[in-house]
Amino acid sequence: MAKIRLDGVSVTFPIYHASSRSLRKQVLAVSTGGRIGADARHQVSIQALDDISLTIEHGDRLGLVGHNGAGKSTLLRVMAGIYEPTRGAVTIDGRVVPIFDLGVGMDPEASGYENIQFRGLYCGLTRAQIRAKTEEIAEFTELGTFLDMPLRTYSAGMHARLAFAISTCIEPEILLLDESIGAGDAAFLVKAKRRLEEFIAQAGILVLATHSENMIRELCNKAILLEHGRGLVAGPTDEVFARYNRSA
Amino acid sequence: MPSHDLLAGPGKRVATALGDAATGMAMWELWSTLGWNDIHQRYRRSLLGPFWITLSMGVMIATIGFVYAELFRQAMFDYLPYLTLGFIVWALISGIMQDSCTAFTGSEGIIRQVRAPYSVHIFRVLWRHVLIFAHNLVIYVVVMLLFGVRPDGALLLVVPGFALICLNGAWVGIFLAALNARFRDLQPLVSNVIQIFFYVTPIIWRPQQLAEHPAIVYLNPLYHFVALLRMPLLGAAPPAATWVVTITITGFGLVAAGFFFGRYRGRIAYWL
Repeated sequence: MAKIRLDGVSVTFPIYHASSRSLRKQVLAVSTGGRIGADARHQVSIQALDDISLTIEHGDRLGLVGHNGAGKSTLLRVMAGIYEPTRGAVTIDGRVVPIFDLGVGMDPEASGYENIQFRGLYCGLTRAQIRAKTEEIAEFTELGTFLDMPLRTYSAGMHARLAFAISTCIEPEILLLDESIGAGDAAFLVKAKRRLEEFIAQAGILVLATHSENMIRELCNKAILLEHGRGLVAGPTDEVFARYNRSA
Repeated sequence: MPSHDLLAGPGKRVATALGDAATGMAMWELWSTLGWNDIHQRYRRSLLGPFWITLSMGVMIATIGFVYAELFRQAMFDYLPYLTLGFIVWALISGIMQDSCTAFTGSEGIIRQVRAPYSVHIFRVLWRHVLIFAHNLVIYVVVMLLFGVRPDGALLLVVPGFALICLNGAWVGIFLAALNARFRDLQPLVSNVIQIFFYVTPIIWRPQQLAEHPAIVYLNPLYHFVALLRMPLLGAAPPAATWVVTITITGFGLVAAGFFFGRYRGRIAYWL
């Protein structure tokens, strides 16, 4: 049974601009001390998540609601195991399939087929498993012989088709979706939507971050409203949106 | 701000590091594919493909070999095999150090998309340079045939020597990759240091030529690592001192990297 549990999770991002990132500043800070040293060591940080506790059980469809910068994407990345929280604990049971920025992390010089292989391997599939799925992915993208061409020759829509098909080829237990799934032409969108629905239906847990109230109402049964990294309300989608729309 | 992980005991930290390395090793299909793709990519659309590695190294060795054999008044049949191996082994060691710096920063996009063991990126760099080394070994074979040098039983010592170089590549790689994610000055610093060591380490010249200052040769750990592969491939067993130095460094390095990696592994994603 898939399950996600967060206990008092906080995430603080250190912001390294050119000066605090440089070794010279760190060395100088040690050797000079005093005021300049203190300035050089002064570190800007952003509290992206602040003391979030929640449990997501098998069957839950959770929508993350909040303004830009409220912490939705960071929370998704904590659930994906990419960011270890600076404070608190995270327990994740189940195979996580994250779909964040489609296409990021793909190799523009490699062909479509090669990218299918790379991403599949990253997600922990074996070569044999990928071979078994390649045809299905290829068919879904409708890219035909373009799959032999380097990715840099693809249009944005073609790129999105491939990325989407690759990302949805692994059966998820926990599916984490960030809003950016929008590219592609109308015909593909219909197809993508159908696939996404199937995909979501397979998953034990769905966590979705989006600004679209419709999408959350359609796909989720629970929601949590985030503001400045804090969870304001959590519960049935209606209640959360009532609160969100009042504050908006 | 202490987190649960930073407060955890050192035992747990090392376990985290080992766990990452073990799962990373198990994903060999991933890093071997990516490592090979890195080489393939560089020579895509070129006629000779990856054999450019062999060709450019071969031309360099031939040219420098001719000039320096004259300069140092050395016999070609003796000097050229020595120089060839020096260059090839140096390319392996320096290449791993140089490319390790960008192991994490170069894969920033995918690291923030999909959770995977960080060690995968280290193994990818190692594998890339093992493949380059294999391409360069062709030159070694050609030179040996050309000058009729026949390696003897000492050749078998290549196996432990190569293993030691890979283990060191792994621990040095973890340090360089993680530290360069945090301090971006590291990469130019490392290339600078590598360049200096190329001249200070006996690669073009022989240790005997610096007999008056043996410390420069024998206190330089990189000399011992070069000797670890160069000597057996030339048919001589490396001296005990070389084994002691390299094995000690390997041991200390792996332990230090285990603690370091366990302690900071969780921070790498934030540094990128």
